[in-house]
Amino acid sequence: MAVFSLVMAGLVLASVRRAHIRVEYSVSWLAAAMALLVLSRWRGFQEWFARSIGVGDPTVALLMAGGAVFLVVLYRFSMVMSHLKDANIALTQHVAILEFRLTSLDEKIQPR
Amino acid sequence: MKLLILIPAYNEEGAVGSVIKEVRAVIPDVPVLVVDDCSTDGTVNVARESGAKVLALPYHLGLGGCVQAGYRLAFELDYDYVIRVDGDGQHDPRDIPAILEALEREGCEMVIGSRFLNGSGVHSGFLRALGIVFFRAMLRPILGRPVRDPTSGFVGVNRTALALFSRSFPLEYPEIEALVVLQRKRFRFVEVPSRMRPRRAGRTTITALKSLYYPVHVLLGVFVNVLKFEGRRK
Repeated sequence: MAVFSLVMAGLVLASVRRAHIRVEYSVSWLAAAMALLVLSRWRGFQEWFARSIGVGDPTVALLMAGGAVFLVVLYRFSMVMSHLKDANIALTQHVAILEFRLTSLDEKIQPR
Repeated sequence: MKLLILIPAYNEEGAVGSVIKEVRAVIPDVPVLVVDDCSTDGTVNVARESGAKVLALPYHLGLGGCVQAGYRLAFELDYDYVIRVDGDGQHDPRDIPAILEALEREGCEMVIGSRFLNGSGVHSGFLRALGIVFFRAMLRPILGRPVRDPTSGFVGVNRTALALFSRSFPLEYPEIEALVVLQRKRFRFVEVPSRMRPRRAGRTTITALKSLYYPVHVLLGVFVNVLKFEGRRK
């Protein structure tokens, strides 16, 4: 899990450097990777967490925690995508209406 | 009184021209606006050649986004009434005067052309008919009154509803949710009889897979709108 976290953080940073991911959207992934890294090295916490959720094996508990972290990240991105879709729809309608009104104006001022 | 006929269209080059001509034959002096949802066929050219103005969306938005674009433009251009007629030829433009007359007479915010009020020209498959029965039953307690044809897209709206829908309109499968949006604002609707014909050309956008997704999406949309209710009609 520690290696996976480091690989993930490396991939995200490389993607940000190449401008494939914007900085604001990399924060969630980097935070998730760091959280997983810390959890994977903290044996005492793993055992306590496994006992708390009634799972016998700390590794399974860690995987479950990792899954939960990714769910939170995906939820945040669903919100971002919904907002972007709304903005995209409004913008598309606005552009079409402006174009329509511009064409109407052009037709009115065409020389006869 | 300013009336606009709004025709949302997506890849309807085979039908939209005759729909426009039929509309112009019924109400010659009323402007017709085709909202093209980024069609990949010749819908825009056919619509222009048939005498309609075209609002061409640069990106495919789906039915709700397409209709809302038309409502927004109509609102900005100060129209008093907008009547929506589908571009596939299923709605009979000869029913437009009855919808307009009901809008003016009743003073309600929306008039629905219902294919079930006089029983003429009903063209529903088994699944759609089943869905309509289900949504009728579901909407009855929410609206506080029965609605015979909740999935009809043959609707007229006045300026008050136009103002609302230009700001807030369901983006996918909008007809049923739009009724709940109206109820949320305590607006009124009436139904008038209308004829429904088989589609002239093209294919429905609701495929077999989408017909499974449709009720789930609509139910969720209705539920969310009910949560936003500002108060029951007195």
